[in-house]
Amino acid sequence: MASKVIQALYNDDDVLMSAVKRVKAERHHIEEIYTPFPVHGLDKAMGLAPTRIAITSFLYGCVGLTVAITMMNFIMIEDWPQNIGGKPSFSYLENMPAFVPIMFELTVFFAAHLMVITFYLRSKMWPFKEAENPDVRTTDDHFLMEVALHDNEEELKALLADTGAVELKITEKH
Amino acid sequence: MYTFSNRLRTAAFVLMIVGALGLVYGFFSAPSTEAEAMAMVADAHHGDDHGAATHDAGAAAEHGQDAHEEAGHGEEAHGEGTHAEEEHGTSHGEHLLHQLQNKPWAALYVSAFFFMMISLGVLAFYAIQRAAQAGWSPVLFRVMEGITAYLLPGALIVFVILALSGFHMNHLFVWMDPEVVAHDELIQGKAGYLNVPFFLIRALIYIGGWAAYQYFSRKFSIAQDTASDDSNFKKNFRISAGFLVFFLVSESMMSWDWIMSVDPHWFSTLFGWYVFASMFVSGITVIAMITIYLKSKGYLEFVNDSHIHDLAKFMFGVSIFWTYLWFSQFMLIWYSNIPEEVTYFVTRIEDYKLPFFGMLVMNFIFPLLILMNSDYKRLNWFVIMAGIVILLGHYIDIFNMIMPATVGDQWFIGIAEISGILFFAGLFIFVVFNALTKAPLLAKRNPYIEESKHFHY
Repeated sequence: MASKVIQALYNDDDVLMSAVKRVKAERHHIEEIYTPFPVHGLDKAMGLAPTRIAITSFLYGCVGLTVAITMMNFIMIEDWPQNIGGKPSFSYLENMPAFVPIMFELTVFFAAHLMVITFYLRSKMWPFKEAENPDVRTTDDHFLMEVALHDNEEELKALLADTGAVELKITEKH
Repeated sequence: MYTFSNRLRTAAFVLMIVGALGLVYGFFSAPSTEAEAMAMVADAHHGDDHGAATHDAGAAAEHGQDAHEEAGHGEEAHGEGTHAEEEHGTSHGEHLLHQLQNKPWAALYVSAFFFMMISLGVLAFYAIQRAAQAGWSPVLFRVMEGITAYLLPGALIVFVILALSGFHMNHLFVWMDPEVVAHDELIQGKAGYLNVPFFLIRALIYIGGWAAYQYFSRKFSIAQDTASDDSNFKKNFRISAGFLVFFLVSESMMSWDWIMSVDPHWFSTLFGWYVFASMFVSGITVIAMITIYLKSKGYLEFVNDSHIHDLAKFMFGVSIFWTYLWFSQFMLIWYSNIPEEVTYFVTRIEDYKLPFFGMLVMNFIFPLLILMNSDYKRLNWFVIMAGIVILLGHYIDIFNMIMPATVGDQWFIGIAEISGILFFAGLFIFVVFNALTKAPLLAKRNPYIEESKHFHY
C-alpha cells in the first residue's frame, strides 16, 4: 500500500534547516529531503545515523596497501628480480623506499574508488537509472522536504506553511 | 585577564633550576684531554656490555673503521686525510675528544633551537591566519601571541650559542675552524657564504625581522581592542602578508645556516621546507596544548570543541606534510646513492637507528593512526597525549639533524640532553604564560570575533 506524504518546497537552505528543526521538535517523521547541494549539518538535524563510509574507506585503503605490497614483491623481487637504483639486494625491505610512492598511490586509489562505488551501491544508483527526486527544481534552486502523513493533513500543512515553505503538495509515495 | 598561577610559576622555576644544574653537570663531565676521552669511552663499553639501545656502532672495535667511513666529517673535516696510518691512534683520540666536548653544547643547542622553533612556527601560523583573514581562529590569537613572546628571548639564546661557536668556544660548526678550512677545498669554495661575520650578521637580520613583526602585530592587536575602527586590523593584515614573504626566505636560510651547515659538505634543496614542516607542526601542537590547558583552568570559555578539532586537523595534516618532505628528501638521496649525499643518511642509519626510525613512528605513524578519527580530535585529553608524542618526535628530529655531525656515534639522550629540554621548557612556560597575563584573552574588537566564537564544524 502506498503511503501519503506531504512535500514542502523551500528556496533557502537556512530556512530549510530551521524548518527541519521545527518539524523534528513537533515529532513528525521526515521521510527524505532533496537539495541541490549538500547542506552542512542537515544529517544531524534530521537525526540520521552517522555515516560509516569513513570506516569502509579505511578498510579499502588497507586493501590497497596490501595489494601494492604483494604485487610489487611478486613483480620486482620474486618473479623477475630487479636491480633497483644499483642496489641488487633483491630484498623487499631493503628496496622498500622505492616502492613507497606506489604503496601510497594504490592506497589512495583503492580507498577513493571503492568508497565511491560503495556510496553508489548504498544509494541504489547505477548508470541510466531514472532520477528519484520528485521535483526537478530540487536540482536547481529549491529544497524539498517529504513528511509522512497519518491523517494529520491540516495540522502539518499549517506547520509547514509556518516554517516558510513556498509550496505544499500532497502525493502518494510509491 | 589571565593570572599566572603560583603552582605553574613554581613548576617553571623548578624546571629551569633542575635543567640548569643538569646542563652544568654536562659541561663539567665533558673530558678535557684525549686520555680522559679515551678512558670514558673504554669505561662505557666495559660497563654497558654493548647492549645499550642501538648503540652498536659504538663498539670499540669499530672505532678505527668509523673514522675512515665518516667521509663527510671524520677524516676530511679534521684534515686527517693525509695522515699516515701510525698517527691514526692519536688523531682518533683527538676526534673523540672533540665529539665528547661538543656533547653538552649540542644538547644545549638542540633544546634551545627546538623551543625557539616552536615559537617561530606559531608566529608563521599566526601570520597566515592574519593574512588569510581566517574566521575561525581569532579567539586563539591571544594564545598565539603569548607563545610568540618567547621568540625574541629564545632566538637570542640561539644567537649567543652561535656567536660562542664563532668565537671557538665549541666545535659545533666545523667550517668555523680555520684549521679545517685550510685542508678542505669544498669548504673553501663556500667560504664566501660560510664565514663567521656574515653568518652572525645574517642571524641578526632573521631575528630582527621576526621580532619586529612579532612586536608590531602584537601592538596592533592590542590597540584594536580599544579602537573605534578597523585600521589596526588592516595594518596587521598588511604587515602579516609582508612578513610571510620575509619569513619564507629567512626561515629557509636560517635552516641552512643554523642546521644544515653543521654538515658543511652536504646539502639538500628542500631542507628549508623540511625544517619548516617540523616547526609548523610543533607550533600548532603547542597552541592546542596551551589552549586546552587554559580551558581546563576555566579561561577561554569562548573556545569550543570545534576549535580544538581544527587544531587537531592541522596537527594531523602537517604531520603528514612533514612525512612527505622527509620522504622526498630521503628517497631521492637513497635512490641516487651519490657518496657525498648519501653519507648523511648512512651515518644516521648506522649510528642513529633508534632515533632515526623511532622519529618516523612518532611523527608519522602515530599521529596518522591516532588522529585519523574525527571524534578523537574533539577529545581534549587525546589531543594532549598525541601532542606530547608529536613534540618529543620533533625534538628527536632536530636531535637527528644536529647530533651526527657534532658528536657522531657518541650520542646519548642522557642528563645533559634531558636537562636541556627541562631548562628550556621551564623558560618557555615562564615567558609564555607571563605574556598571557599582559592582555585580555579575547581579542574583542577583532572584526571576525563573533564568527570565531560561533565557529562550528
